[in-house]
Amino acid sequence: MLTKRIIACLDVDAGRVVKGVQFSDLRDAGDPAELAWTHGRAGADEVVLLDISATYEHRSTLLDVVRRTARELFIPFTVGGGIRSLDDAAAVFDAGADKVTVNSAALADPSLISRIAQRYGSQAVIVAIDALRVSNGKGTSYGVKATGGRHSTGRDAVQWAREAEEYGAGEILLTSIDRDGTRGGFDCELTRAVAGAVNIPVIASGGAGAGEHFVEVFRDGRADAALAASIFHLGVIPIGTLKQELQAAGIPMRWPC
Amino acid sequence: MIAIVDYQAGNLASVRKALDHLGQESTITSDPDVIVGAAKIVLPGVGNFEATTALSGALKEAVVRAVDGEIPLLGICLGMQWMFESSQEAPQLRGLGLFPGECEKFPTEVKSPHVGWNQLQVRGASRLLHGLPQDAFVYFTHSYRAPIVDATVGGCAYGGTFSAAVERGNLFGVQFHPEKSGTAGLQLLQNFCEL
Repeated sequence: MLTKRIIACLDVDAGRVVKGVQFSDLRDAGDPAELAWTHGRAGADEVVLLDISATYEHRSTLLDVVRRTARELFIPFTVGGGIRSLDDAAAVFDAGADKVTVNSAALADPSLISRIAQRYGSQAVIVAIDALRVSNGKGTSYGVKATGGRHSTGRDAVQWAREAEEYGAGEILLTSIDRDGTRGGFDCELTRAVAGAVNIPVIASGGAGAGEHFVEVFRDGRADAALAASIFHLGVIPIGTLKQELQAAGIPMRWPC
Repeated sequence: MIAIVDYQAGNLASVRKALDHLGQESTITSDPDVIVGAAKIVLPGVGNFEATTALSGALKEAVVRAVDGEIPLLGICLGMQWMFESSQEAPQLRGLGLFPGECEKFPTEVKSPHVGWNQLQVRGASRLLHGLPQDAFVYFTHSYRAPIVDATVGGCAYGGTFSAAVERGNLFGVQFHPEKSGTAGLQLLQNFCEL
């Protein structure tokens, strides 16, 4: 049976793993290569490295960090942040990434998704969507933010996910800005809305704080994968313990592994 | 020396890295002479079946000659699909036809691509899968799948059963990524290296 995936995320700034609360207030959490390896051994199904400062500062992704992290990692490895062109993506693949995530650049020019997909296959392109809840008289919707949550785009998250799929995205990495870093649980409503609108896997992100949050996002949010950062780096929930808890709740997991 | 065939289709570095980890000498090459002279050949690849057009001409001839000369060949993902006759992904192209049948898209009732860790249903004796546990978890990422054939030694269930591993004589193919499948994948690559 295809299992639900637990993904460890490394938010990297200036070569170090950092973790912020709601996209700011950064704190040092360690070395990317070491943490990736530790999480892989502990049972993480994938590792994602996001160069969180790249787009904002117009720096290219830290290729040496990618190379060093990829070297002894024999599980899927995704890299994102600052990928603005097919050449940027190619450099990251060459450095050892299996997939890339594109965000702001794809919002500015969605054909970037198709160009990467044509060369590397759809399975290698993840479109990252940073969504912010908007409540008004008409109900709740989700707006898409660009450049690390800094700029509004006027797009709707569900609609953009559909478009991204049409352009050739292989997965959606869906982050709730409202929940990011809060440890208050994933936004299951947002996740379910997007997962129901596309036929590609959806990775839920933002808000993981306890095992039950993962159960909820897989069961109620219909996520295919769930991503977390600080709770794994800081050992709040050991990945093995989490996977056993999910398995006991009837969620298919790669465990033992 | 293991030749990793370079046809500009995705991630060759990760296969190389896994072979390095196992202490195996390998080279990434598109030189037909190196391929024909190799001890073993790995044909990796992610991406569109159309990428295999880069394998036409001298490169294809070299692979065919090597295979005829009993050199073990391991196709991974797209590399394995190319060992079949064709794919719905690019119907105008022909594969190597080493295994019969056409690769097809997943049915619409399941999400596609098929991404993640799924279980390998080992069927019968296999040199490639030797030592892997029944129901081993391996990592898949693909939108098209190869049919079950006589040479299928490992199946996988996702919207129906398909070939996850094929094996006949010196020909080996896996739909999943052994270089990304943790210890089970490294065991498989070790088995191939030790043939």
